[in-house]
Amino acid sequence: MFTFIIRRIISLFVVLLIAVSASFCLLRLAPGNPFAQGEKAITKEQLAAMERKYDLDGSIASQLARYLGVKRNNEGEYSGVLQWDFQPCLKYKDREVRELIDQTVPVSATIGAAALLLATTIGIFLGSMAALKKDSFMDAGTMFFALFAVSLPTFVVGPTLILIFALWLGWLPVGGWNGASSLILPALTLAGPFIAYISRLTRTSMLEVLGQDFVRTARAKGLAERSVIYRHALKVGILPVVSFIGPLAANLVTGSLVIESVFNLPGMGGFFVNSVLNRDVFLCCGTVVIYCTLLVLLNLVVDVAYKFLDPRIKLDE
Amino acid sequence: MKNPKAIVAIVVLGFIVFMAVAGPWIFRYAPETTSPMKLSPPTAENWFGTDMNGRDVFSRVLQGARVSLIVGLCGALVSFIIGTAYGLVSGYVGGRTDNIMMRLVEVLHSVPRLIIIIVAIFTFAPRMESLLHQIWPEMKGYAKVVLIILSLGLIEWLSMARIVRGQVLALKEQQFVLAARALGQSHVRILLRHLLPNLIGVVVVYLTLTIPAVILDESFLSFLGLGISDPQASWGSLLSDGKNAINPVRSYWWLLVFPAAAMSLTLLSLNFLGDALRDALDPRARR
Repeated sequence: MFTFIIRRIISLFVVLLIAVSASFCLLRLAPGNPFAQGEKAITKEQLAAMERKYDLDGSIASQLARYLGVKRNNEGEYSGVLQWDFQPCLKYKDREVRELIDQTVPVSATIGAAALLLATTIGIFLGSMAALKKDSFMDAGTMFFALFAVSLPTFVVGPTLILIFALWLGWLPVGGWNGASSLILPALTLAGPFIAYISRLTRTSMLEVLGQDFVRTARAKGLAERSVIYRHALKVGILPVVSFIGPLAANLVTGSLVIESVFNLPGMGGFFVNSVLNRDVFLCCGTVVIYCTLLVLLNLVVDVAYKFLDPRIKLDE
Repeated sequence: MKNPKAIVAIVVLGFIVFMAVAGPWIFRYAPETTSPMKLSPPTAENWFGTDMNGRDVFSRVLQGARVSLIVGLCGALVSFIIGTAYGLVSGYVGGRTDNIMMRLVEVLHSVPRLIIIIVAIFTFAPRMESLLHQIWPEMKGYAKVVLIILSLGLIEWLSMARIVRGQVLALKEQQFVLAARALGQSHVRILLRHLLPNLIGVVVVYLTLTIPAVILDESFLSFLGLGISDPQASWGSLLSDGKNAINPVRSYWWLLVFPAAAMSLTLLSLNFLGDALRDALDPRARR
């Protein structure tokens, strides 16, 4: 177990390196460049000067090496990701990437964590209830809700919720970032589809688990129904959910552009999307570093959790 | 099929597919014709009203159905084939192979999908147009649609692979696999005859989640202005236009409600159908 975790943490750096390099190269090789301001075209000489200034001249490999900090930049220093220097933004010239990340991550992380909590607790609860009372009204109602919640894009659900709860009823603020009450609508909108996914996954796998031998054994040895469900069945039944949580959490925590633009929140998602559209490699790769670290760490947690939940699974040590 | 929900879902889906396929021949179909009647509410003439360019919203929704259904179906198929094959092999072979294959999924997962989609669309759009122009000239206008299908399919398979692999890891420790091994069956046979049938439940449920997911992904691209663009329409692009028409002062509700109804009805039915298929295909859930 211990060596397993150590190996995964080492592989974190490999994944990070590959993901950042891939994003960097993809974005540099795509048509367009970060220095063209709007419709105004810039001359070849201007472009070359800008690229030189930001160490984006020369071959792709050399650009990447300088960005990662394994090769001296044009000023003759090692200054890149390895030295924890994420460069300035190319689009917002007076801002550093570090600064933008420091400002936006807390916002996105708070909303993401709230949404994750809502999605897993409500999802697992609804899903297992539906499985235990198969074919009841509860089951049908839950599944109808679960299906309906994934049938509309969040950019339709968000404005509709705002229209109802903020404008007509006046219970919650329209948007912005002040206090817990401004968290409710965005977190709910963000969590909605995932409550649905998770309750469906839980129901499917609980139904399967409830028919398996070890549950019959647990019943046969006279355990209380409550103990059979919570100590035996649910532990295995939420496995598919657990494997879904890893990537889900990284996605939720790094923010959703739609939610942020609908609710006017200063999160990471908006900056990320704009950085891709503007070909702002430095800002984009900065967000990729955060995103990848979260993703790999959360997947590690998921794999370890797997082992504890279902002892039949062997982690290759 | 004794499941009444499934029958309702099939009827609804059949109706929507029929409308998408045959609608243009039955009804007045002019999704791209503008008229001076701008933003008119639903009338006997324009059943779903008209949009800000005076185009008939009913025709636009029909056109959206054709595009969205094709995108969803083809995208999901691409992801289904790649994801299931990948997850089966990875989970079953295990050991170092599994490790490498799953790290690759992680790497692909960790390059944000938006970068892949945007780069794919911007880089390959001109090439795809000229390629289609050569091999199938009538399809030239649909280069964007083909691109969106391919890029969404190539992104959606990752979760499928992870889920299939997770299931295989648990299944292959079970006794029926040991028994098949002991009987001397080949690995390919165990994969296809013993593991795959046991996976069908989860895979079908996930596939029914993937078709709507791809349709929703396309709508997200439309929200960013990267999806199907005017004068063509998908449900996503209609909704993305329509959401701006809703505000407390003056709401052109028909621009949002009709595309939203068409889209949610389709996705709901797909999901109901998936449930019913699971019950029918999974021997253990049928009791």
